[in-house]
Amino acid sequence: MQCRQSCGQACRRALTQVMRPACILVSAVVFATAIPDLALAAGEALPAPVPTPGDYPRIGGMGGRGFVWAFAQMHLFLAAFVLAVPLFVLIIELLGVTTKDPRYDAMAHEFMKISMAAYSFTALTGGGLAIALFLFYPVVMEYLMQVFRGQTLIYAGLFLMESLCLYIYFYSWNALRYGNRKWFHLSIGLLLNAVGLTLMFVANAWATFMMSPSGVDPQTGAVIGTVWEATRNPLWNPLNLHRFLANIAYGGAIVGAYAAYRFLSVRTAKERSHYDWMGYTSNFIAIAGFLPLPFAGYWLMAEIYAYSQQMGITAMGGVLAWLFIIQAVLIGTIILAANYYLWCGLGRTAKGATYAPYVKYIAVVIVAGFLVWVTPHTLILTPEEIRILGGTHHGFLGPLGIMPAKNTAVNLMLVATFLSFQLFYRSSREPTVSWARTGNILIVTLYVAGIINIVAAGIYGYITPTVYKVGASVPQVVTTVSIIVFALIIDGFMGRGAKTAKVHWGRMSTRSQYALFVLPVAFTWLMGLMGYIRSSVRTHWHVYTIMKDASPEAYIPTIGQAGNAITLITLAFMGVIVFVFWLSQLGASKQAEPAGEPAE
Amino acid sequence: MTFLRIVLFSLATMFAFTLFANILPQVQSDPPKTEEINESTLDVAGQIAWGQRLFSGRGTCTLCHNDLGRAPDLLQMDLATAFAERIADARYEGEAAGQSGAGAIETYLRESMNAPSAFVVAGFGKKGTNDAESPMPRVDAAPLSLTETETNALIAYLQDLAGEEVTVPLPSAADAQDGADGDGDEAAEEEGPSTSAEDIMDRLGCAGCHDLFGSEADIGPDLAVAAQRLQPEGLRTAILDPNAIIAEGYEADFMPDDYAEQLWVSELNVMIDYLMQLEGAETEQ
Repeated sequence: MQCRQSCGQACRRALTQVMRPACILVSAVVFATAIPDLALAAGEALPAPVPTPGDYPRIGGMGGRGFVWAFAQMHLFLAAFVLAVPLFVLIIELLGVTTKDPRYDAMAHEFMKISMAAYSFTALTGGGLAIALFLFYPVVMEYLMQVFRGQTLIYAGLFLMESLCLYIYFYSWNALRYGNRKWFHLSIGLLLNAVGLTLMFVANAWATFMMSPSGVDPQTGAVIGTVWEATRNPLWNPLNLHRFLANIAYGGAIVGAYAAYRFLSVRTAKERSHYDWMGYTSNFIAIAGFLPLPFAGYWLMAEIYAYSQQMGITAMGGVLAWLFIIQAVLIGTIILAANYYLWCGLGRTAKGATYAPYVKYIAVVIVAGFLVWVTPHTLILTPEEIRILGGTHHGFLGPLGIMPAKNTAVNLMLVATFLSFQLFYRSSREPTVSWARTGNILIVTLYVAGIINIVAAGIYGYITPTVYKVGASVPQVVTTVSIIVFALIIDGFMGRGAKTAKVHWGRMSTRSQYALFVLPVAFTWLMGLMGYIRSSVRTHWHVYTIMKDASPEAYIPTIGQAGNAITLITLAFMGVIVFVFWLSQLGASKQAEPAGEPAE
Repeated sequence: MTFLRIVLFSLATMFAFTLFANILPQVQSDPPKTEEINESTLDVAGQIAWGQRLFSGRGTCTLCHNDLGRAPDLLQMDLATAFAERIADARYEGEAAGQSGAGAIETYLRESMNAPSAFVVAGFGKKGTNDAESPMPRVDAAPLSLTETETNALIAYLQDLAGEEVTVPLPSAADAQDGADGDGDEAAEEEGPSTSAEDIMDRLGCAGCHDLFGSEADIGPDLAVAAQRLQPEGLRTAILDPNAIIAEGYEADFMPDDYAEQLWVSELNVMIDYLMQLEGAETEQ
């Protein structure tokens, strides 16, 4: 015991001795170099360069667009994963401290173990992206470096800090496991997440500056503002929120696949129980991040419209409009898979069977919502079919193609998904409070009134002018959020002193686990698709309205070409993830001692 | 085996998404290309046609000016009445205030394109601005960056659409040298002016009514001797405004009055030169 204490103290001293001077040194150098640039406007306001076709080097006759696309998307996939995992790991670790349940701590540690190997690949693809950008788009990068000057140094410094924090957080897990040391470990985790989020926000500033530039002269592109003005462009915060939530959902989906694979691979009931619980938690994290995501998406799109109506229409009503039908298919797939997994989970408890009859109604709502969402406004028809139909819009189905119908469908699907969660939660609890019946009536009333309001707001959306249609979706969003929040509050009070029923972790079908593989595939494809849309709304501009893309690859590829590229990148990412999973298992395996060798 | 099943399942899922992406309408969106303007050949009709191409093409006007209600549907409304009402609107304090006629419409349209927030039609302002700010981008700034000659072409198209006189100037030689952006694909579809009088008159079907090239048609006067009756300016008027001069023995309203829209200026000159040098003209001289 004494030895363990002294080792722990030595470890803490070593950590303090290494971290403190390293952090101070890195911070001092980076900020001393970069801060003047952040606060002051550029010295000489030169106009933005005007690229010519000759400014885009080609290697072996190939342009750089494909390379940049692949590296950028791979980097984003991996970065989203490695930034998200520490976020929910910190929460799970904290849960372990507050509930004193060691399973939480073990699961949090295992989640971190999975993401560690992915971190190196994130850095690798980030480096590849930087090389590809400077190699194939030197003029663009020269301009972006003028705009963000010192901030790039801060980014490099933050990356170093992130690496330090991540490695220390992971490798000190067992050394700082109990008592006050645990709080020290949690503090490192908090610092890790703070640095990680700041990194993401900085990178988001560069991406959104290219969509909605600020801090530069709108006519000439000359850098006239500070780095902060360029950073705080109109789309920065909407994208920050959107990516923050999406990362959590994405990270949850990836570790869920790991848990499902382990569930199917392990042989003992204890292990199956552990990985079933891990899979459920991962699915919970994925859906918890996913439920508010459409609302963050509304905000982002509303800001895009506010910044440039033309850009908004290009995305939603122009050449990219069909992509939102694919988005609907992907999100519908995610919602169906997540709900299917939850419905299967009702079999883990004895009371779950009493809720099973409601599943078919939830399924009807989700499938109907999915069908409404994928209904296009304009149909793909032959001239003969158009003649028979009397137009490109179907008489009955056409109205389902416009936003009010789709907003209604999405909100109802989200409400139904939350209901699936709530049913599973309730299947393991029997309320004992005297007002339990009233509480149940309250919750049912909440759902019924909410659904009526969502549908009514959807109908109102049809009769209001187009400019107010997006605004008409706000009451629907508020209603959905209200249902979730108030249902949680009521359930929270009803759960006080409730009898808990045994949850038979591990009592899940093999088929249910495949739902957890659908989630990461669909999420990855969806992220690739949304990245393509976000980039394409700039049309033929590197920096919208400031610097035109003069390269031969300035066109927006067809949906099919984009789909093929997204699939190839997704495949590459899945390959990396499988390798990462394998590495995490390799680290836990130990070769059997050769027979006849004397023990040390 | 479990691993293989998972891989195959994941690949099948990805394949389904890819297949769906490939069966949807495939459209590649190319950046705008350069359209060369020949100032010596662009006439009013050509300018209007160019404006129409800009309206639905590079100007991206139809993104909002359509039947979805984001902006006034210019293609469906009574523009002549609408323009007059807006200039007379009590809220309008722009450059065309107090003016009327085609010139006022030109001023109003130019202002609405280059300074869209100068006057916002009620109900079409940015949300929360009480119609004080327009969501429309300036056409003379990025991302549209239309040149003055392109803006003129758009105005010409809208004036023509409203049934008003086109008052904007035709592009000058300097304008043409500057070059203007436009949709190259559409430009490629537009044939240039012909230099052959026979080809032009064949295209217009002149011989169907006039005795020309041995057609012996007698619905209109014999063109072989047109120069005996008319000077070049008279011929120009007779082509562009047929009812202005009616030859003896023939009735009005038979000849189409839209040749101004069908002909390039240079083609009109080629036709007049040709008719003036026909045998009949020489006899007269």
